[in-house]
Amino acid sequence: MRLALILIAVLAAALALSVVFGETSLSLAQYADAFAHPGSAAGEILFRIRAPRAVCAALVGAALGLSGAVMQGLLRNPLAEPGVLGVSAGGGFAAACAIALGVGAVSGALELAALAGSLAAGAIVAAIAARFREPETLILFGVALAALGGALTALVFNLSPSPVTTAEVLSWLQGSVANRAWIDLGWALPPMALGAGLCAYAATGLRMLTLGEESAALSGLPMARLRVAAVAGAALLTGASVALAGVIGFVGLAAPHLVRGSVSDDPARTLAPSAIAGAILLVIADLLARVIPTEEELRLGVVTALFGAPVFALIAWRAARSWRA
Amino acid sequence: MTAALEIEALSVRLGRRIVLEDVSLSAEPGEVVGVLGPNGAGKTTLLRAALGLQRRAAGQVRLGGRALDDLGDRERAGLAAYLPQERRVAWNMPAWRIAALGAAERAPALAHALALEQLDALEIGDLAERGVLDMSGGERARVLLARLLVSRAPLLVADEPAAGLDPETQFLALERLRAHADDGAAVVLTLHDLTLAARVCDRVLVLRDGCVAGAGRPAETLTPELLSAAFGLDGALIDTPTGPVLAAARKRS
Repeated sequence: MRLALILIAVLAAALALSVVFGETSLSLAQYADAFAHPGSAAGEILFRIRAPRAVCAALVGAALGLSGAVMQGLLRNPLAEPGVLGVSAGGGFAAACAIALGVGAVSGALELAALAGSLAAGAIVAAIAARFREPETLILFGVALAALGGALTALVFNLSPSPVTTAEVLSWLQGSVANRAWIDLGWALPPMALGAGLCAYAATGLRMLTLGEESAALSGLPMARLRVAAVAGAALLTGASVALAGVIGFVGLAAPHLVRGSVSDDPARTLAPSAIAGAILLVIADLLARVIPTEEELRLGVVTALFGAPVFALIAWRAARSWRA
Repeated sequence: MTAALEIEALSVRLGRRIVLEDVSLSAEPGEVVGVLGPNGAGKTTLLRAALGLQRRAAGQVRLGGRALDDLGDRERAGLAAYLPQERRVAWNMPAWRIAALGAAERAPALAHALALEQLDALEIGDLAERGVLDMSGGERARVLLARLLVSRAPLLVADEPAAGLDPETQFLALERLRAHADDGAAVVLTLHDLTLAARVCDRVLVLRDGCVAGAGRPAETLTPELLSAAFGLDGALIDTPTGPVLAAARKRS
């Protein structure tokens, strides 16, 4: 409970910073003007550009953090993350197709394609999760699916006549929450809420999986159903965030590790704090992407990977220690 | 009285290989039944098949008088609990939280109390708050045994509950299982230590290559002939003041 309050306070602070700071520096008078007259130029910047962008980063971060915690619990593997089952690769491929076919410019088409691609990949993984209970099987199928998604995306580059397509797809794949409006959040919320609900439903099953598949199978919990709920929930969350912001790595991997120690390593109690931690990470990453003075604004996926890769190495180091035990 | 576990003419095949052939076993409330046999005899497969974790090629299994196949997840968990041989724990949760998983359907406060009670009974009450991955293998094994005992199921199935424990703790672990049998549970366990088996089990079933090599009360079953045929041992159970002891050597051929 204390952890949750601290995390929420940090998130609120990060969101506030994210609205206050940006590319355009505003004077105190302009801030006052913005709050007094939301319709003013400063108000537009704060409430129509920065606020939806910050909230979008928070939502995507929360979805990835939650989805990562669910994947790690389900697969009993500290290195699992939302992309491990190939869901984001499916979304990436569908988005690449949409861009190559020229429908990317149609409002909402790209997002819809990414969501549909993610969910199609998610449905395949969920069907496999219903049939096989060993995490290794799921991981291997996920790796295969991710490789297929990656190869198909490369095929789109390969066959597309225009280098513009490649550049557009690549840039989209690197992830961004720039230029998000409130309306974008509106359509991403329902799949995210449904995904979060499914994850919450699966939480007790994840805790029971700590002891392995056989103990869990005899715990009285409907493990087959909970496993499918976990995969479907994680796929919805990942799919919606890919649709909203492209492919963003490492947040889903790192967030559960930041909070796990504070909840006695319990996979069920890791979920909610992990979502908030993911939101904090992505809001800060997006703030960095905006305020680091570079010619071209840094892509969100680039920032998270830059900071995430060392974290990944550290996690592997610590995990190796616990595997020896 | 309804048997907690009845297995009739069970056969299990993995691919074309016969793992178990025509094995029958029952366990009544109050009984400790030992499943014995050399490595690869099919002991674990028998336990797993009894709990519906292993597909059967033939045969019937009933838990508490009800056909295994008719039981839902919850009903089955209410009738049997299982301690697998695999002792891997994925996350470094505190010992009491692991033990409390045995009573996941009960109120959290009650599950906590039951967990502490069983950890105390296994003499690791002082480690209740320690992470299970920060423990020795033997301590962790006791936490997992506590998880089994917390369930209070009418049938307790334990695969190698004594493995990895020091001699005194082996006695302690089996004493606890015996105590639960005395309270009305049926206990089915596998053991490699025939001295322990002879002391703690009311009945034993000896497997060899997936077939029943002998069954009955330990003293009458673990004869020099069976020790030779099933285990490749030259020896016998000797009565001593503390109980029977296996005195044996590897058979020279």
